[in-house]
Amino acid sequence: MKGVKHKILVLSGKGGVGKSTFSAQLAHGLAADDTKQVALLDIDICGPSIPKMMGLEGEQVHQSGSGWSPVYVEENLGVMSVGFLLSSPDDAVIWRGPKKNGLIKQFLRDVDWGEVDYLIVDTPPGTSDEHLSIMQYLGATHIDGAVIITTPQEVALQDVRKEINFCHKVKLPIIGVVENMSGFICPKCKNESEIFPPTTGGAETMCKNLNVSFLGKVPLDPQIGKSCDNGQSFLSEIPESPATSSYKNIIQRIQDYCGLHQSQEK
Amino acid sequence: MNETVHQLERMQELWTTGYLMGFKSSNTSDEFLKEKRAQIMSRGLPKQKPIEGVKQVLVLASGKGGVGKSTTAENLMRPLKNYGIECMSMGFLVEETAPVVWRGLMVMSAIEKLLRQVEWGQLDYLVIDMPPGTGDVQLSVSQNIPIAGAVIVSTPQDIALLDARKGAEMFRKVHVPVLGLVQNMSVFQCPKCKHETHIFGTDGVRDLAKTLGLDVLGDIPLDVNIRKTCDTGQPIVVSQPQSDMAKAYLRIAMEIIRRLPTPPG
Repeated sequence: MKGVKHKILVLSGKGGVGKSTFSAQLAHGLAADDTKQVALLDIDICGPSIPKMMGLEGEQVHQSGSGWSPVYVEENLGVMSVGFLLSSPDDAVIWRGPKKNGLIKQFLRDVDWGEVDYLIVDTPPGTSDEHLSIMQYLGATHIDGAVIITTPQEVALQDVRKEINFCHKVKLPIIGVVENMSGFICPKCKNESEIFPPTTGGAETMCKNLNVSFLGKVPLDPQIGKSCDNGQSFLSEIPESPATSSYKNIIQRIQDYCGLHQSQEK
Repeated sequence: MNETVHQLERMQELWTTGYLMGFKSSNTSDEFLKEKRAQIMSRGLPKQKPIEGVKQVLVLASGKGGVGKSTTAENLMRPLKNYGIECMSMGFLVEETAPVVWRGLMVMSAIEKLLRQVEWGQLDYLVIDMPPGTGDVQLSVSQNIPIAGAVIVSTPQDIALLDARKGAEMFRKVHVPVLGLVQNMSVFQCPKCKHETHIFGTDGVRDLAKTLGLDVLGDIPLDVNIRKTCDTGQPIVVSQPQSDMAKAYLRIAMEIIRRLPTPPG
């Protein structure tokens, strides 16, 4: 981990709010600057979505003298996931905690990441073995912080509050919260509907109440899901979507946070 | 019940202490885990023991998070209301904002308590809402109690179907019959112009069902009212029983009952 400048964890608490989708776009967004080296580590052992989202389904991991080699999407964007270790993407990984932890340790120790500017860690939903392990193993090194993803509805926010408390308890700085699937614009009449209504004011209000940074909202665009299913970068494929500018603004704020942190460190 | 709460609180305390000690004892706990695991393995696989008083157990799973398992579970339980609805959850035992950050073994222990140390009384159906994934919780539940059937919930997009497929495979491996799939968030109708958009893809679940030789128990569209009523604790099947959404859930419940084996005794 010595060669890794910035480490960002993507968390949520609630499942299905768009962590992996966001991690994938964040990776693409950061790698758009080809002077930066970006790495994406998927520690969702049971449901590894990253290989498919990055268009790397079916790829296998190669072993070299210096360790496991990540699978490269672009020259400056490398990916590692349990998905690459399975003989078929349909194989179910039905493991208990200790075995999952062992694999996460290997990902961190045996993968030859090289010199990396940003390491993004995509996590499974919840607060369980994988989260404890990643904090345990990475805790000794410096983690810039966590980005917490949520949808606007109260049921999701409940889990985010727990996630925020988890971060406080393990002294993990919170870069901020992203509100995903925030409003849907009908492609025909352009009317905006709130499919996941923020009955309690949504993530923005929650962040104000908990004194946590609110990074921004991303609207529901059916093309995001489609790009992910096809393993393409939504930011490159659909640059004109309002969701693209939302993503780009949020990514910029994350970069600013990391940059600020670096100068503070020095 | 109080004993359970006390025990769970104690577990929570122990965890917190462990954290504050900064993982110094992590080596010991790894050893402890290894030993415990070896102990359990040597006893052979856990034997399935039915829950006293419960005739049939139905699990709602998916593999993927956020596809609507809990929402479906809540709305499915209502039609079985004639037999009384009791509800049990970790949510009742901890503070709303307290994270439950436990490793697998502790989770297993908690699940045992939630299943067996709750006075369920005489039940015809126990519906278990599972978390996403194919890990400790799913394995523990499948191995420890006889399950009459599993229902897998998914949204139509490929990413979710990947996980739904893994869920189905897991149930096959532990010999739990999969009654069918539920396609959730299938289509959204603009409230203004009624234009229909398939936000998460079209009919992905139907295609997967065909591939796996399973039935599709039903289709639930994306409707703001389902979200709103769940957030306010009034599942749509109860609060708006005449609505199309409620009827869709009721139809699925009927399909499930049709497919469950004849209950023992």
